Amino acid sequence: MQWQFWIIQTLNSVAFGGLLFLLSSGFSLIFGLMRIPNLAHGAFFMLGAYFGYSLLARGGNFWLVALVAGLGVGLLGIALERFVLRQISGNEQGQVLVTLGVSFIIADICLLAWTGDPMPLPAPQALRRPLIIAGYAFPTYRLVVLVIALVAAVGLYFLMERTRIGAMIRAGVDDMEMARGVGIPVSRLFTLVFLLGSTLAGIGGVLGGPILNAYPGLDADMLPLALIVVILGGAGSLLGAFVGSFAVGFLYNFGIALAPDLAYFVLFLPMVLVLVFLPQGLFGRVQL
Amino acid sequence: MRSHRLKILMVIVALAAVAIVVPNTGSFVILLVTRALAFSILVMSLDILLGYTGLASLGQAAYLGVGAYATAILATKYHFGLGWDFWLVLLIGILLGAALAAFFGLLAIRASGVYFLMITLALGQCVWGLAYRWNSLTGGDNGINLRERPKFGGIDLANELTFFFLVFAVFCASLALMYTLVRSPFGRSLAGIRERELRMQILGYNTWLHKYIAFIIAGAFGGLSGVLWAHTAGIVSPENVVLTTSVDALLMAVLGGAGTLVGGVIGTFIVFGLREFLSTLVPWWQYVLGVVYVATILYLPTGLMGIPERLRQKRAKPDNPDGAKKLASLHHAEKTT
Repeated sequence: MQWQFWIIQTLNSVAFGGLLFLLSSGFSLIFGLMRIPNLAHGAFFMLGAYFGYSLLARGGNFWLVALVAGLGVGLLGIALERFVLRQISGNEQGQVLVTLGVSFIIADICLLAWTGDPMPLPAPQALRRPLIIAGYAFPTYRLVVLVIALVAAVGLYFLMERTRIGAMIRAGVDDMEMARGVGIPVSRLFTLVFLLGSTLAGIGGVLGGPILNAYPGLDADMLPLALIVVILGGAGSLLGAFVGSFAVGFLYNFGIALAPDLAYFVLFLPMVLVLVFLPQGLFGRVQL
Repeated sequence: MRSHRLKILMVIVALAAVAIVVPNTGSFVILLVTRALAFSILVMSLDILLGYTGLASLGQAAYLGVGAYATAILATKYHFGLGWDFWLVLLIGILLGAALAAFFGLLAIRASGVYFLMITLALGQCVWGLAYRWNSLTGGDNGINLRERPKFGGIDLANELTFFFLVFAVFCASLALMYTLVRSPFGRSLAGIRERELRMQILGYNTWLHKYIAFIIAGAFGGLSGVLWAHTAGIVSPENVVLTTSVDALLMAVLGGAGTLVGGVIGTFIVFGLREFLSTLVPWWQYVLGVVYVATILYLPTGLMGIPERLRQKRAKPDNPDGAKKLASLHHAEKTT
């Protein structure tokens, strides 16, 4: 029984870490490139979950729904970048506040459209039954979420390290002026990164739905976790987002299981340590 | 100098008007004004950071939270602070706010710009997490109800009007103190840091220490507003510490005009008023506020207090507003690099 507890909690932690990676990889890339934390990212995640709920209720295929909902959120991300953030480019503080204002508007619209009750998203039929290995039961769906997150991580790695676009993004993260100077279309990269980041957040929202449900406040619950991931891992670093996500996944999950009173507080300590000793984060690329 | 005296005079007249008019209105307005006054101390404390030091903190509600929770816990669990010792609680709230800020400041001050904003947000949410989950101390999601207000000498603060005057007095004292602070040499050097930190460092100022002290002072006033808030609202809950409250405070400061203190108060009154007014009119009042926030930042970055200045500038050079905008953004880019 004791073993079962640890195994299940570990699995929950890595699955949650995978979700956090989908959320915070895009967050970190946007931060790295545009130098602003997109505080609407938690709202994008929640919106993805709600979109997923409505599409699934109409009988959509789960994976297709995840993709469509993700892209829907992605388009919204483009709109935010093109029509709102661009208007006040150069004013970083204003941009951050605007993303926060937008997240409030999204949260209110969600409350209006989907009421205040938690909406459960059903996991795909085939994955609902637990997987039984050597007499232990494993929640299949969470394993699949983990695998998807890992695939996304590998895909992002190749995109960033092996393609021309990735090289341009990295150049923009490291030295924006220079990147502009050598003719990289930085402004188009902004849009692209925003599309990528918000799509990932939206997909994360749908995938997280069966685990977390869609409820008002999901955005405010997820956003600080993404922030902590980025503070731990360092802004603009994919590896940092990866390591940070799983670290936070473990701490948060075991925090809830073992000391529910202090679950949030458990995250606080590593964050403080990193801030004190490694203010750039573990793998930070962006100079503070 | 004369225009400066004139401004002070205008503020005093406005305050006197509030003190005369409000008591003659109904209890609804008295309560609303009391709430707004208590909250605007927090907004002004944030303005010291945002407007005068150039540090946008997104965790200011944490200081209101410690003050308010301390008041509520002392009153309900220990029956402390409901007599003369209320003044002691006021002091405790100030000290706790300052202490929390002294701790958080060590972590946050080394960062600047949006990174500072992010760290303060995360720290603030940790406080929220504690308030939300630590059931035995904070009552969790339900919060803590304060059943009575302090009573001392012949003064019973349960009376709405008496309580209004107390909050009003504390508010006026806070405004005067903070105004003195920002006009002092210390306040001037804060503004210098906001404009060009590197130059201040070269001139020999310990800019870190200046920012740290400003952060602690802001926290102290935040704790003070928390004590008042607890007795004003009669309930303390995680709602008071959540990110939304911090953002509300920030946007009230921006709406009124950062770096003016009084602007933050005006912003607070507008938002509180709008909230009460709209919620009676339409069920979707929140969206209006969200849009007000976004529109303020997009179209009114200097806030309401900045309007006269903008009008004057527009009259001075009516041609080519785009050029002026470009110049401003260039100036900004230079500042940030």
